[in-house]
Amino acid sequence: MERKRLRRSMMFVPGNNPGMIKDAGIYGADSIMFDLEDSVSIAEKDAARFLVYQALRTLDFGAKEIVVRINDLESGLGIRDLEAIVRAGVHIVRLPKTDSAQDVVDCEQEIVRIEREAGIPEGRTGMMAAIESANGVLNAKEIAFSSDRLIGIALGAEDYVTDLKTTRSDGTELLFARCMILNAARAAGIDALDTVFADVNDEAGFIEEVKLIKKLGFDGKSIINPRQIEPLHKAFMPSEADLEKARAIMEAIAEAEARGSGVASLKGKMIDRPVVLRAQRMLALADVDGAGEV
Amino acid sequence: MELVQTGMAGTVESSDIMVTLEPRETGGIAISLSSSVMQQFGKQIEQVIRQTLAELGVSHASVDAVDKGALDCTVRARVYAAAYRAASSEAYDWGAM
Repeated sequence: MERKRLRRSMMFVPGNNPGMIKDAGIYGADSIMFDLEDSVSIAEKDAARFLVYQALRTLDFGAKEIVVRINDLESGLGIRDLEAIVRAGVHIVRLPKTDSAQDVVDCEQEIVRIEREAGIPEGRTGMMAAIESANGVLNAKEIAFSSDRLIGIALGAEDYVTDLKTTRSDGTELLFARCMILNAARAAGIDALDTVFADVNDEAGFIEEVKLIKKLGFDGKSIINPRQIEPLHKAFMPSEADLEKARAIMEAIAEAEARGSGVASLKGKMIDRPVVLRAQRMLALADVDGAGEV
Repeated sequence: MELVQTGMAGTVESSDIMVTLEPRETGGIAISLSSSVMQQFGKQIEQVIRQTLAELGVSHASVDAVDKGALDCTVRARVYAAAYRAASSEAYDWGAM
């Protein structure tokens, strides 16, 4: 499991669709998320499990992070999903409908058991938790701190707005949940991942939403179509002006270090640690895109 | 594994294969395969079906397979799903797959 990595785009791929599974690695998403939950009908859960298991064991997705969204444990299906995908070597298990820290703990116990039974090094399988209810949002902090295996928490907005007795609109309805999840994730030192934008034909609306979540501080977003990858990565790409400033900051830091000085300044302003961290993050993002990942 | 009923898995969408298994008492594995890539991969697909059934311990069955360009891993997954359905079993042995 890789705890820290770039997760701008996490692309859902229906778990019972061999054509989409086969092509999933070619579009440039940072993470590929095979879905055994909502995109698979109840009669096909077994077939999807076999298909994702075989794909994980056989296909080469390069350096991509491989996530599988399982069914919730209460349904009885989630444990069967875990039996297959943990053994197949999934990087990250995405637990849906996480209402409490106990949900994560219960899932982790099953993962530990399966890892032991299968002779897999304990701790190899990572987890992320999707929060999709008012209760889950209010418990976001406890959820974020519930397991060392958690690499992030995500918002699942469709169920959440239904729970709130509202519908998706301009994002106002999600502001509280997004801020709760983001602050919980940051406090726990893990990633915060935003929900899907369902209308793939509304690119302008998608870009607006991406700009908003980037401004809030999210690491990335779940997506449902490869067409959303490029505009998403582009929106996360720092501007040329920001990059120039970031390079100047890092140069000033290097010069100060060369002088043996602990204090660096740029244009008369002292550069403190948060400024350096932001500059490093921007240059890292630019490096990835510069390497042709998009 | 003992097959007790007809078991079917997969679709006729591109990159998939629809596999139907019928139990029978004797006669080994009889495969009827149609494929959009029959000439290039027909033998390979048949071999994967036979091998997967052998791994599952299925010695006698009629297999009807309609292939639309499935990868080997998809063929295996669909044969597994059809076989467990035909055996009316959910006692999956993931370690052996």
